[in-house]
Amino acid sequence: MEKFEVIIAGAGLAGLAAAHTLAGEGVEVVVLERGDYPGSKNVSGGRIYLNPVRDLFPGLWEEAPLERAIVREGATLMARNRSFTFHYTGSELRAEKPQSYSVLRSKFDRWFSERVEERGGMILAKTLVTDVVRENGRVCGVVAGGDELRADVVIACDGVLSLIPEKAGLRAPGRPHDFAVGIKEVIRLDRAVINDRFNVDDGEGAAHLYVGDITKGLFGGGFLYTNDESVSLGLVISIEDISKEEAAGDAPSLFETFKARHEIEPLIRGGQTVEYGAHVIPEGGFRSLSRLYGDGILVAGDSAGFALNLGFTVRGMEYALASGHYAARAVIEAKKAGRYDAATLAVYQTFLEDSFVLKDFRTFQETPKVLSNPHLFGHYPELAGNLLRDLYSIPARPKSPIFTTLRRHLTLSQLWTMIKDAKEVTKI
Amino acid sequence: MTDLKAKLGLNVFKPLPAPHIKIKAGMERDPRLKAAVRGCPAGLYSVSETGEFVLTIDGCLECGTCRIACGAEVLEWGYPEGGAGVQFRFG
Repeated sequence: MEKFEVIIAGAGLAGLAAAHTLAGEGVEVVVLERGDYPGSKNVSGGRIYLNPVRDLFPGLWEEAPLERAIVREGATLMARNRSFTFHYTGSELRAEKPQSYSVLRSKFDRWFSERVEERGGMILAKTLVTDVVRENGRVCGVVAGGDELRADVVIACDGVLSLIPEKAGLRAPGRPHDFAVGIKEVIRLDRAVINDRFNVDDGEGAAHLYVGDITKGLFGGGFLYTNDESVSLGLVISIEDISKEEAAGDAPSLFETFKARHEIEPLIRGGQTVEYGAHVIPEGGFRSLSRLYGDGILVAGDSAGFALNLGFTVRGMEYALASGHYAARAVIEAKKAGRYDAATLAVYQTFLEDSFVLKDFRTFQETPKVLSNPHLFGHYPELAGNLLRDLYSIPARPKSPIFTTLRRHLTLSQLWTMIKDAKEVTKI
Repeated sequence: MTDLKAKLGLNVFKPLPAPHIKIKAGMERDPRLKAAVRGCPAGLYSVSETGEFVLTIDGCLECGTCRIACGAEVLEWGYPEGGAGVQFRFG
């Protein structure tokens, strides 16, 4: 029977990060990946923030096949027939070491897996892990492609559905409340066209978020990221909300309506859709994290629930990379101790508690609840749109004083609602 | 819906030897499956004339929405075997 030191289930960012760190320390590691090649099952919105992970993988980023450095941030409140947009940009965002890049995962993950192989890590593609092997209650391997493969320790990096931790008894099946679905088209556009439309130079990119009528009041929002020669256009919708009877249409139709909005259509005009993907996203934050370790097993990346939506920033990839890295560090500690039981592997949790990963999740543990306020997805975008309409429009009749216009929209009950909502916002 | 089929046609799919997701026997009328009709990004769930929910697996993006939305009680849910199903070229 085959026996390895470490088996990693899943060649996404968490799995590859763990393998990269382990292989660098000379630990025998095999990554089992169900796709044709690493990256072929992996979909992200497409934006990575490097600062938190730069030093964990020294030398990796200089050559990495990232798309464009994000130098323009934008956000749009979408009302029914109008919208309100702001941009944030400037020379500061064009720093020598940009903080964030757009990324296409099939390309990036494949490249990252080659770096793992260079270090002596093994990648076994086209291999689906279907179960864990347990002996006396502890995990001692996996079932993959019908065969049992043994290991000292298994790192579950099997993605958002977290089926392996579920099999290992570390978590219950995910609930609709804690997850959203992201739908995305990759739309091909010439590099020069992207530069012109988004007001950027070669190698520079824009990131834009959209919230409001596009999700018909449901939790979620849209995104647009510029890649080198394409844009990633996506819509994220709460699975709990879309499941409800009163939901306005199905998910694919909501995406089409978003795509046809006048705020979007001119940006992608003439572009050619080259791929249509979808992915479930953890949205539950700290309270819906999986148990992170057990006897003979660790959990990292989406599988652990490591994605964090703060409204203005939506992050998952850095947490995947860092949790994979710290899982590897925990394995190295366990190897020194010669034990892979839960008590020894618990050092993984300590590493995460001491790092930005669990510090962020604790800091922002109230955020999912605050962001689920339906006012954010209907009421406020409409309010902003209505207010701006009345400020900008010039009627045939004499125009009302500005203060009268403001008061018409910002009534006492309106202000009271805003104060109550603002009180919630203080929690984040 | 035709548009959706055309979009799915842009993706690379490798043949599925067997459906990896099935509505469990006897669950074809379970109201929990309504969530998949609305939520599935590939529009693979529908309701037949006789009122039963139907899943067409071709074009599945393996995103997992239906498992989360409907639960493991109504769906027999697994990923396709290694090397089968959607292969993202961009991701």
